[in-house]
Amino acid sequence: MRATFPHMGNLYISIKAMLQYLGVDVVIPPPSSKKTLALGVKYSPEFACLPLKLNLGNFIEARELGADTIIMAGGCGPCRFGYYAQIEHAILKDLGYEMELIVLEPPERHASELMVKIRHISGSRSWWQVYQAVRFGFQKARTVDDLEMNVFYTRPRELTQGNADAAYQEALKLIDLASNPAELKESRSKAAMIMKRVAMDEKKPVLKVGVIGEIYTLLDPFSNQDIERRLGSLGVEVNRSIYLSEWINDHIFLGLAKGLRSKKEACSAAHPYLRHFVGGHGQETVGSAVNYARAGYDGLIQVFPFTCMPEIVAESILPVMSKDYSIPVLTLIMDEHTGEAGLMTRLEAFVDLLDRRKTVKEAL
Amino acid sequence: MKGYIGIDVGSVSTNVVFMDEDGIVRDPIYLRTQGQPITAVQKGLRKLRESMPPGVKIRGVGTTGSGRSLAGIIVRADAIKNEITAHAVASSTLVPGVQTILEIGGQDSKIIILRSGVVSDFSMNNVCAAGTGSFLDQQAARLNIPIEEFGEIALKSKTPVGIAGRCAVFAESDMIHKQQMGCDLSDILAGLCEALVRNYLNNLGKGKEILSPVVFQGGVAANMGMVRAFEKALRLPIQVPTYYNVMGAVGAALLAREAVAKKGQSQFKGFLVSDTEYKAGSFECSGCANQCEVVEIAEGGIIIARWGDRCGKWGNVINQKEKIS
Repeated sequence: MRATFPHMGNLYISIKAMLQYLGVDVVIPPPSSKKTLALGVKYSPEFACLPLKLNLGNFIEARELGADTIIMAGGCGPCRFGYYAQIEHAILKDLGYEMELIVLEPPERHASELMVKIRHISGSRSWWQVYQAVRFGFQKARTVDDLEMNVFYTRPRELTQGNADAAYQEALKLIDLASNPAELKESRSKAAMIMKRVAMDEKKPVLKVGVIGEIYTLLDPFSNQDIERRLGSLGVEVNRSIYLSEWINDHIFLGLAKGLRSKKEACSAAHPYLRHFVGGHGQETVGSAVNYARAGYDGLIQVFPFTCMPEIVAESILPVMSKDYSIPVLTLIMDEHTGEAGLMTRLEAFVDLLDRRKTVKEAL
Repeated sequence: MKGYIGIDVGSVSTNVVFMDEDGIVRDPIYLRTQGQPITAVQKGLRKLRESMPPGVKIRGVGTTGSGRSLAGIIVRADAIKNEITAHAVASSTLVPGVQTILEIGGQDSKIIILRSGVVSDFSMNNVCAAGTGSFLDQQAARLNIPIEEFGEIALKSKTPVGIAGRCAVFAESDMIHKQQMGCDLSDILAGLCEALVRNYLNNLGKGKEILSPVVFQGGVAANMGMVRAFEKALRLPIQVPTYYNVMGAVGAALLAREAVAKKGQSQFKGFLVSDTEYKAGSFECSGCANQCEVVEIAEGGIIIARWGDRCGKWGNVINQKEKIS
C-alpha cells in the first residue's frame, strides 16, 4: 500500500508523521499549485467548491508519484464535504485511476473508533503503537501551530521584508524532518531559536485582525492566496479562528486534550445570533467573530470558498454582529481566480480603514 | 503655480489630473489604457505637460488603480494607494459630508460607506462582474447604439421592462427575449439599468445603511439611465460630482499632498518619464509547479521592479527597500 491524502496547509506534516511512525508507505502530493488547480478544475463538477477541486488535483498528482490508496476525511453534512471522498473516488475511477479509498469518518462517541480505522491502515501494529503514532502526529500539529502563531506575530514587526517568512520555512522543515518524539523536542527548540533571530521592531504599532471562516480556506495558504502573509506585510498581526491542533482535539479526540481553545467556546459565543449548528464551521465563525471583538481586535476577515453554504449563513449574520460590537468585517470568497490585484486592493483598503479608525479612536 | 499630479491606471481607462495647492482640479485627462499601462501613463503625462503653463512646479505625485504599483515605480510616486481609499478621499474632499459612495468602473464596482469623513465600511464585487461598465459597453455595442447615448435613450422610457439582473448572461437572454417580443428600445435599456442597480444593491449593498448624501462616480455615472435607476431604487437624491470619471486620480493627488506634507519633499522623477524607455518583460519561474509569471520592469536596461512571484524570491530581492503597498 502506498497511501496519500489531500493537502490542507501544514496538515501533511502531522499526518505524514503519524503514518510513517506506523511504518506506512506515504506519498505526499506535490504542494498545491496552479497545476493542481488546473487538474482539479478540469475533472470536477463546475459548481463544486474549491476544496474538492484541489483535493482531486492532489490525488491525481499523488497517483503520478505512485500512490494507490487514498486516505480522506468524511463527515455527515449539512456541508457537502462529507460526500467528497465518494465523489472524488468516483471521478478518479472514471478517469481510469483504480485507487483504494479509506474514509475516516469523525468519531461519534469516542476517539477509539478512529483508532480502529488507523490500526487497519497500519496492518498489524499493536494498539500501543497506534496510540503513540496518533500522539506523535498531534504533537507535530501543536508544534506547527505554535510556529504559525509565532510567524503571525513576527511578520508585521520584521525589520527586513521576507526575513520572517524565510525563518518560518526553515523552522517548518526542521519540524517536518523530526522522526520521533525525542527529535521533535529538539527541533522545536531549534525552530524557536530560528524565529528569535528575525530582527523585529517590538514597539511598532500593529493592527490586529481575526481571520475567520471555513476551515480549508483558512488553513490552506494556496487556496486563500496567502492572505495571512499579505496581511503581515501590510503591518497586520493576524489570529485565526481555527488551528489544526484545535480541530483535531475537538473533532477526533472529542476534547480530550486540555488547554486548547474549543469549539464549545466559539459556539456558545455565537448564541445570541446563531443558536443552531448550520454545517461546517458556520456557527464557529459567528462565535469567533464575537470573541475577537470582545478581545479588542481591530477588524475581522471572513474567508470561504464560493458556494459554501454554512459560511453564507454566517456571512448574512455578521453585519448585525459587526454593528453591535462596532468592528469592521471584510468577506473574501475564494474560487479558481488567482488574480492578486483585486485581493490586494481589498486588503489594503481594509487595512487603511482600520488604521484610520484606530487613529480617530486614539485621538479621542 | 504649484500642485500635485494624480494618476489612476484602471483596467479600461488611465486618468491623469493636476490639482493646484488650493485643491482646485485642472486638466483632467481621460485616456483608454488599451492594455498598455506604461504607454498610457507616459502619454497622459506628456499631454498634461503640454496643457500646462510654463513654470509649473510639481510638488508630488500619487498613483492608484489596478496598475498603481507599475505606474508608481515608473514615476517614482510619493503615494501608491488602492482605489477604494483614493475614491473615498476624493469624495469626502469634493463633496463634504458624503456618507455613501457608489462607484462603478469598467471591471469592478464598489460601495463605500463613510461616517464623519472616515470610511466605515466598503464592499467590492467579488465573483461577479455583472453590472459593470464593460457589460453596458457590450450591450450598447450589440444594440448598435453609442455608449454615450445609452443613458439618454433609457431616460425616455415610461414603462421599463423587467430584466433578470442576477447574472449578465441571463440578463442578456432576457433582453433578447424582450426585444423579440417587440418591446421599445428605451424600455429595455431602462429595464437593464434597473436590473443592474438591483444586482448592485443586492450584491454590494446588503446589510449596509445607505444614507444621504449619496455620490455616484466612476465611468458609468455618465449614464443618466443608471442615475435615475439608483434614485428610484434608493428613493434618495444622487449626486454626480463634476469630475466623476477621474475621482480616483483626484484622490491620488490628494494622497500625494498628504504624503509629501509628512515627508517634506517629493521623489517624482519629473516629466522626462514620458521620454524614457521602459521595458516590461516577463519570464516563467521554474522553481516550483506554480510556474509564476514574473514581471520585470526595466528602465534603460536596469531592472527597477519585479513582481508576480507567489513566494517572493524574485520580488524580495529588488523591492526590499521600497515596500510596494
